[in-house]
Amino acid sequence: MEQNFTQKEYQKYVQKKSPNSPIIKNVIMAFVIGGLICVVGQIISNYFKSRGLSTEDVAGATAISMIFLGALLTGLDIYDGLAKYAGAGTIVPITGFANAIVSPAMEFKSEGYVLGMGAKMFVIAGPVLVYGITASVVVGIIFFLVGN
Amino acid sequence: MNLEFLKAFIVGGLICAIGQVLIDKTKLTPARILVIFVTSGVILTAIGLYEPIVKFGGAGATIPLTGFGYSLAKGAMKGVEESGLLGAFTGGISGTAGGIAGAVLFGYLIALIFSPKAK
Repeated sequence: MEQNFTQKEYQKYVQKKSPNSPIIKNVIMAFVIGGLICVVGQIISNYFKSRGLSTEDVAGATAISMIFLGALLTGLDIYDGLAKYAGAGTIVPITGFANAIVSPAMEFKSEGYVLGMGAKMFVIAGPVLVYGITASVVVGIIFFLVGN
Repeated sequence: MNLEFLKAFIVGGLICAIGQVLIDKTKLTPARILVIFVTSGVILTAIGLYEPIVKFGGAGATIPLTGFGYSLAKGAMKGVEESGLLGAFTGGISGTAGGIAGAVLFGYLIALIFSPKAK
């Protein structure tokens, strides 16, 4: 093959050669796996509802259960295998939040239990809490100012 | 079978598909995706757009991280209704306390018990 391809020609060449764009396949996989994880969440949520929990307690209990499952499947090395195919389908659900805590915590256990495990647990979860909580407090303050 | 499972599948799947498009098209790291999703959840809830999605999609809307943002914002607004300005500070974490404590406890215990597999 000639080496004097321009960037654009090369891109066209690659696009022609790839049978179907990987992004389509990635998005479909993320949709299917992410959707299935939410169905599991719905099953757990329905179970707690049937036990007579209030709406808020159902949400809390479901979140705790899903986080437990995500953490356990990460420990068993199953979740990361799934993530290879599912991409955002395993990152975006709350099980992915658990995965983002357990993975670095296990990885950095060798650096000690305080600054290794204890600190690295929050490499990704920390920013999520920082931005999420900050945004919620700002919303609360605005709600307070507008509502009164 | 119930229609609510299908709704959860479609809504949850679509939210994850949006995340995948962001990853593939923008090269955003997963950490940034998570931050964007939780913050979007807070903002969409505050302007009243996320509640209808939760009503329709159930777990399909609450299980993705946007749902975590939804719980935070809902908690903060409820907190303000109940205890004024102080509620803006206490409401969000109160609404998500179970999930946060669960994530810390299970994250710690699982990492304690298991070790990463050799790659």
